[in-house]
Amino acid sequence: MINTFKQQLEVFSKAIGIRNRRNEILASNIANAATPNYKARDVDFEVELARSLSVGPIKTSNDAHFAVASKNLPGKVQYRKPLQPSMDGNTVELAVEQMEFAENSVRYQTTLNFINGKLSGLMSAIRGE
Amino acid sequence: MEIKNIYHIAKRAMGAQLVRMNAIASNLANADNIASTPEDAYKPIKPVFETKYFDIIKKRGISTVDAVTVEQMKDEPIKEYKPGHPLADEEGFIYRAPVDSQEEYVEMLEASRQYQNNIEVITTIKGLMLKTANLGK
Repeated sequence: MINTFKQQLEVFSKAIGIRNRRNEILASNIANAATPNYKARDVDFEVELARSLSVGPIKTSNDAHFAVASKNLPGKVQYRKPLQPSMDGNTVELAVEQMEFAENSVRYQTTLNFINGKLSGLMSAIRGE
Repeated sequence: MEIKNIYHIAKRAMGAQLVRMNAIASNLANADNIASTPEDAYKPIKPVFETKYFDIIKKRGISTVDAVTVEQMKDEPIKEYKPGHPLADEEGFIYRAPVDSQEEYVEMLEASRQYQNNIEVITTIKGLMLKTANLGK
């Protein structure tokens, strides 16, 4: 039964984790908007989500086996290609970063709403109302 | 100091921008300073920004910025012939601080915009975190 709850919420919890990480990376980019030679970074949400969903606990075929959960590896951080190069080697473009940050925040909120919907659905199923 | 979360990113970035603001303020305050020798003339100062990465390997790619040092520019003071000036040397020259006011104004605008950006980030993140904390209610 616990497993089914986990299955219900797994995608969202993974998604929100990646969204949160992406927010931190975008915040770093915004913080470094004036640092010479800083290269803007980002993660590919879809790739990260697919990757984090494909890693999980090891399958067990015997009761003596331990279902060791494989550690969540840190995601692949990539560098952003700047639209226009700048003189000081900094590849942060504030407009781009702000847009990405805004989009990411909205998507984070949407994921929260999905989780809330799922939870209330599960709650009403439990209560049998 | 350790960097642990998104608040530390903004905190330190804002600190760095404030150092920059202070440097600009002192440059502008000394913009028209006059001295009798080139050595005594005010030299504009500029902070040096450096990326600081997170200590935790799991948080790779996440970084903030620090103003590591504040350095004096190597610009030569502007030499002017003003024999009547009370601060003029024996040959009648005074030395004006080589501060480019326009440049400083532009930098001031940039610094304040970037400070605001960091505040914006934190406001958004704070809202998201509070919503997450109230999940399922």
